[in-house]
Amino acid sequence: MTGRGIERALGLLAALGLLAGLYTGFLYAPPDAVQGEVQRIMYLHVPLILVSYLAFFIVFVASILYLWRRRERADAIAHSSAEIGVLFTALAIAAGSIWGRPTWGTWWTWDARLTTTTILLLIFIGYLMLRALVDDHSRGAVFGAVLAIIGFLDIPIIHMSVVWWRTLHQPPSILRPGPSTVAPDMQVALYTNLAAWMLLYGYLLAKRLRLEEARWELNRLRMESLG
Amino acid sequence: MSFARRVWAIAWKDLLAEWRDRESVTAMFYFAFLVLFLFSFALGADQALIRGASSGLLWLAFTFTSVLGLGRSIQGELENDCLDGLLLYPAEREAIYLGKLCGNFSAILVVEMVTLPIFAVLYNMDLWSQLPKLMVIAVPGTLGLAATGTLLSSMTAGLRAREAMLPFLLFPLTIPLLLAAVRGTEVVLLGEPFELAVPWLKLMAAFDTVVLVVSLMTFEYLVEE
Amino acid sequence: MVSVEGGGAPVSSGIEIRRLVKWYGSQPALRGIDLAVAPEEILALFGSNGAGKTTLLRILAGRVRPTSGTIRVAGHMLDRDGNEVRRALGVLAHGHQLYEALTARENLAYATAMLGLDRPGERLAQALSRVGLESAADSRVRTFSSGMKRRLALAKLMLREPKVILLDEPFASLDLQATKVLEEFLMASKAAGATTILATHNLTMGYGVADRVAILRQGRLVFDGRREETSLEAFRALFALHGEREEGG
Repeated sequence: MTGRGIERALGLLAALGLLAGLYTGFLYAPPDAVQGEVQRIMYLHVPLILVSYLAFFIVFVASILYLWRRRERADAIAHSSAEIGVLFTALAIAAGSIWGRPTWGTWWTWDARLTTTTILLLIFIGYLMLRALVDDHSRGAVFGAVLAIIGFLDIPIIHMSVVWWRTLHQPPSILRPGPSTVAPDMQVALYTNLAAWMLLYGYLLAKRLRLEEARWELNRLRMESLG
Repeated sequence: MSFARRVWAIAWKDLLAEWRDRESVTAMFYFAFLVLFLFSFALGADQALIRGASSGLLWLAFTFTSVLGLGRSIQGELENDCLDGLLLYPAEREAIYLGKLCGNFSAILVVEMVTLPIFAVLYNMDLWSQLPKLMVIAVPGTLGLAATGTLLSSMTAGLRAREAMLPFLLFPLTIPLLLAAVRGTEVVLLGEPFELAVPWLKLMAAFDTVVLVVSLMTFEYLVEE
Repeated sequence: MVSVEGGGAPVSSGIEIRRLVKWYGSQPALRGIDLAVAPEEILALFGSNGAGKTTLLRILAGRVRPTSGTIRVAGHMLDRDGNEVRRALGVLAHGHQLYEALTARENLAYATAMLGLDRPGERLAQALSRVGLESAADSRVRTFSSGMKRRLALAKLMLREPKVILLDEPFASLDLQATKVLEEFLMASKAAGATTILATHNLTMGYGVADRVAILRQGRLVFDGRREETSLEAFRALFALHGEREEGG
């Protein structure tokens, strides 16, 4: 199957998946016993966060591959995945914030997981900014790869430090955003949306990679005509 | 061993050049002082609040000051193409990284030591008896800042937005160090049992190890164009 | 365009460049350079700003990664044995690469440590006297004139006893004494078997020391010939024909 074909297939599946996700999230799953309708945001928030973590993990692996083998494709995957990861994380945090307002009465909390996720977002925004500022493409790729590797390896350390810090300064009775139930029809909604957002990630990644390939082709043509 | 000789040569050269003019460490010290001074104003007159926040303020001052020092260190190499000269020696890239790291680490540590008495005066703390323990906390924290900062400043050195990018990349990554150093300092200053600081020391050691290993493995790729 | 003539059969030391291409993003800097320079040869490379001289030298020095092509310096492949190449190399670049807060002696001591030289004190004293800076050895470089700084940079170069020498605009801001020292150094190194590339837009000075002369224009080598076979006047004319503006003549 061609790259374009895969991309189209993913796009179609993602669209279907998202529709299915909307259906299951809004109609199929029952409202939460405690939180009411607001809980439905979790069907957006949780998949977004999980797919983000996947995206950043892929940035990490692709970065290592790039430094090791200098395959341009690995770098393209890293860069694209980082873009999508940053977008999804920002959306996830926004969704969580919207959930938090009616639930806890606040837009923000210094909960450990939220704090760590925000730091993760900052690190990878930094990654994108760094790459945007470096003029020479392959130098930017190397810098980005090193930053991504350190950033990703830092995440567990950051998380531990924030959790310990929180237990010092906050009583442990803070509500945590997350699926607040295990009712099977809610699980259906959750997994459907998770699958849908993963497909969307795949589609966006494929599309972005195609853009990179077009750029390479353009460069190659330029070099041929002028060189 | 020539590797060690080179590391020493680079660190010594950095510190000697700095000592001659003393521009950088003076600016760093003055900045740390200003941060401590201004913050105590900003927190108002509540002495308990100020004392409670003091460890945090101290390490904020140290972190900002490190950024200043790191920036000036790499700037010194960019003048007159000295960085190019440095990279033209048949020196292992790791030796260059470690040499710069030692220079940066020493400069920041010196500024911290000089800032501590000022801190003690402004915040009315008895530091003298606690100095060894404070050092035990400060050394791994400063090492982590210097190691990460040396790595990042080699990336940001040539950029248009160098001044802004270095802190923007450095701060999120070094948050665990900040938390650990603040909590550790707090333990010492409040006279709490030192075992409470030990998990934080281990955290800093883990962080420092990760950064040092990754930096040593990747530095040579960062400096070629 | 005159066809490129090589300076001889490929050699296992010296400099060998094959099909070197360098693009900065979408801008071509070098468009396929084939060049070989042998030991005991001095190549004067002429070209105006932007022709690619500095890029070529920086690639040879290992500071810039080429887009494609193979390069051998002093018998080592540039992309594999970076440190070996650096051991053989000596570079005199635009910036003098000196630390202004330190004294001349300290700058050279630093260089000896980085080069891993034994008997550093002796070597640096020798280098200082060769360039005539013994009396200024303990003054800070900040107090030096630009001619003195260039001489100190040359002293640093001498410490390396390079087999391959790259010079980028070496005649700029050199006083008379320094120019003489530089010429002596180039001749002495050549006699000792060094390979030298000297990039400049000063036709007269470059022509004076060279065995071969070449012209780089917009990333391409448009002339490469032995100096004896090309009179300075003919060369000037050739240079002008290629549309370059000559300087320092």
